[in-house]
Amino acid sequence: MALDSKIPHGPISDKWTDYKDHINLVNPANKRNLDVIVVGTGLAGGSAAATLAELGYNVKAFCFQDSPRRAHSIAAQGGINAAKNYQGDGDSVFRLFYDTVKGGDYRAREANVHRLAEVSANIIDQCVAQGVPLAREYGGLLDNRSFGGTLVSRTFYAKGQTGQQLLLGAYSAMNRQIGRGKIKMYNRHEMLDLVIVDGKARGIIARNLITGEIERHSAHAVVIGSGGYGNVFFLSTNAMGSNATAAWKIHKKGAFFANPCYTQIHPTCIPVSGDHQSKLTLMSESLRNDGRIWVPAKLEDAKAIREGKKKPTDLSEEERDYYLERRYPSFGNLVPRDVASRAAKERCDAGFGVNKTGEAVYLDFAAAIQRYGKEQAYVKGLDANDKNLVIKLGTEVVENKYGNLFQMYLKIVDENPYITPMMIYPAVHYTMGGTWVDYNLMTTIPGCFSIGESNFSDHGANRLGASALMQGLADGYFVLPYTIGDYLSPDIKMGPISTDLPEFVEAEKAVKDQIEKFLNNNGTHSVDHFHKKLGKIMWDKVGMARNAKGLNEAIVEIAALREEFYRDVKVPGKANEFNQELEKATRVADFLELGELFAKDALHRNESCGGHFREEYQSADGEAQRDDENFAYVAAWEYKGKPSDAVLHKEELVFDNIKLVTRSYK
Amino acid sequence: MKLTLKIWRQKNAEDKGGIVDYPIDGIEPDMSFLEMLDVLNEQLINKGEEPVAFDHDCREGICGMCSLFINGEAHGPDRGVTTCQLHMRMFKDGDTIFIEPFRAKAFPVIKDLVVDRTSFDRIQHAGGFISVNTSGNTIDANTIPINKHDADMAFDAATCIGCGACVATCKNSSAMLFVSAKVSQYALLPQGRIEATDRVLNMVHQMDAEGFGNCTNTGACEVECPKGISLENIARMNREYLSASLKG
Repeated sequence: MALDSKIPHGPISDKWTDYKDHINLVNPANKRNLDVIVVGTGLAGGSAAATLAELGYNVKAFCFQDSPRRAHSIAAQGGINAAKNYQGDGDSVFRLFYDTVKGGDYRAREANVHRLAEVSANIIDQCVAQGVPLAREYGGLLDNRSFGGTLVSRTFYAKGQTGQQLLLGAYSAMNRQIGRGKIKMYNRHEMLDLVIVDGKARGIIARNLITGEIERHSAHAVVIGSGGYGNVFFLSTNAMGSNATAAWKIHKKGAFFANPCYTQIHPTCIPVSGDHQSKLTLMSESLRNDGRIWVPAKLEDAKAIREGKKKPTDLSEEERDYYLERRYPSFGNLVPRDVASRAAKERCDAGFGVNKTGEAVYLDFAAAIQRYGKEQAYVKGLDANDKNLVIKLGTEVVENKYGNLFQMYLKIVDENPYITPMMIYPAVHYTMGGTWVDYNLMTTIPGCFSIGESNFSDHGANRLGASALMQGLADGYFVLPYTIGDYLSPDIKMGPISTDLPEFVEAEKAVKDQIEKFLNNNGTHSVDHFHKKLGKIMWDKVGMARNAKGLNEAIVEIAALREEFYRDVKVPGKANEFNQELEKATRVADFLELGELFAKDALHRNESCGGHFREEYQSADGEAQRDDENFAYVAAWEYKGKPSDAVLHKEELVFDNIKLVTRSYK
Repeated sequence: MKLTLKIWRQKNAEDKGGIVDYPIDGIEPDMSFLEMLDVLNEQLINKGEEPVAFDHDCREGICGMCSLFINGEAHGPDRGVTTCQLHMRMFKDGDTIFIEPFRAKAFPVIKDLVVDRTSFDRIQHAGGFISVNTSGNTIDANTIPINKHDADMAFDAATCIGCGACVATCKNSSAMLFVSAKVSQYALLPQGRIEATDRVLNMVHQMDAEGFGNCTNTGACEVECPKGISLENIARMNREYLSASLKG
């Protein structure tokens, strides 16, 4: 099967407008005859459900949490980009488009990214109209800040809780439609399979997580907005419940899975403290606006700090190595995430790490506190030479900007980051890979759409900061509502789809069989035991830097672990009750397949790009070496029974508007 | 650390339930409270017993999914944190810790420590939104200037995570802090004013219908709130409610 991306013809700046002008529309009176299922209620799923209901479709929305408001989009801290150019610093739709394509190391699809940049400004208008309290300046206008990988200030934010506020905005839009009866909300439900009738997605099989009942739900189209698969590493910044099941089940039913190896490692997370750890916590990238990253310049100082014989504050400026400022003078601490992450790993691997395990670098706010403190003293007409006063005033400014993050750090690490520099280390964060979609956001299964982090299209091999929220809301509020109408228009006279069709019966049986198998397995190890083992293989051999030897080993080890899991996993409890171990088992089963495909994808890609770094392909000074001649394509995998049998399809990436150059932030 | 856990076990909503003792050893001060429960559950599974069900998701204090009444306090002894951000360094070797679900008539137990908080959602369905179409054809955001002070206060109210600690800790199981936070956010913003009357009446009506009790200004909710939502919001909601009632 040849991949057809359905990118409209014409100049890039006109594609989306022309497309919208020519698609088939559904008459408002007919929309109420059409049902749409939306799986996942984060920024993408929530905004899509609300908008589709607003348009008049009957929406059934599903989330595994107890309320749509818990979706993990809520944890995004830093902000959302939009090409508003409110600051007059040279921003434009083209520049946002350019930064995103460059930031993604030229592995994203131009047409999708341009559309994203075009609708970005609408997102801010929409959210403000919904009452999202974005940060304001004293004049009453919206405030902006800058983020890694860009030279303009285009990020809108709500302190360090931007994701929370945007999600609650989408949730409130959903609530309005739930209250009107246009969205039927299924909390604590998990999609366990996709139902295909006559080649089209026509429903799902879901488990009611409270009663354990297996339910059939039909619709004219199914939208997956279930987020990313970072939890394949066990330890990640994702919520504990974040899983790949919905995306993986549609893959097994025919949706191609694109670029699974593109996984972003976020540079500013709280380091791992021990074996008991269940998840990693991110500190917003916005901290790099004011925090300076460093390690000791001398190995003996690093050793002394690790042993507790020296404190970071004991080292003078000359004894510190501000390695990002040294290596990348024009972007400094604001280099993109992949660059900052690799640079931290490089210093720690060289022995300069500063915590007990040697896997941490400092993020230091002392200079910012001084700078802000002096400014405030000057503004208030106070003595700018009074050291204590300057620190007090500067601390207040930093607290205003990042207070909740500092408090979170203090609670977790038990150290005051206003006094002692924070320790940070990279952690698995966001997955740029996902289900392959065409320009309409439709997967290779007709009628099955994929939006937000669960698709692959907009971020290439690396996601710039403040662009995930942008994509989730763009897809849900402004893109899918158009493209799905074009798909649904021939279905207006179809009527409701029966859940008694043999395809529903068969899919339900497969789900029930898997559950029974787990519960009767009587193995010796818990689900977490296997998940942690998978995570260790992934981090050691498929993590921040990979090589062919390690990847080959990982593929064999994951396949063996999967067999062991099915032979030896122990799942207590029953099928027809609230059973959290059973929930985990069905999710980890999918991660155990996805992990292998992930490694296989990383192995075939003989280049380094963005969040994918192959040690064999690097320049003399350790920068990623891309191979545009041979790898400027999307790797879309077709399921053939086992991950090892997956078949590769290529979507060649054509760059008409942006010239491919080596990405440099020096 | 060596601890004795006294945990509420309840098979389902119909079961009577009761406290069961679990001795546990080898707990590190760096562990979060939920990681301590993970350790317990791993041991229970290995012994062939059923693990303790508890709600959790983001484990970074923002999703509002985790709950737990710990030694008689919602989210435990630390202030300004959720249970997932509570660390074992707050306890001492040899401690006995009581762990119970958030109890309230409007929060029925689902299993063990897991309760049903969808009553909060239903209050939001009744009016926790601004009636604007999600079409993208709204006016430019900067044409609605908002005083920074008001925007900041609206933001502070909007940071409520809907965890239910306020209800669990209130002697009357009142949801006033939760509801008032949402009412306040919109009351402070120009976008929300136009439908303020209906909003406050509908939300308060739904709150009562769900079986939450009344506020008697004890203030325990504010003390236990992990996000520091202020009692001022309740005062603001009462003003909004009074003025809406007078308008009829």
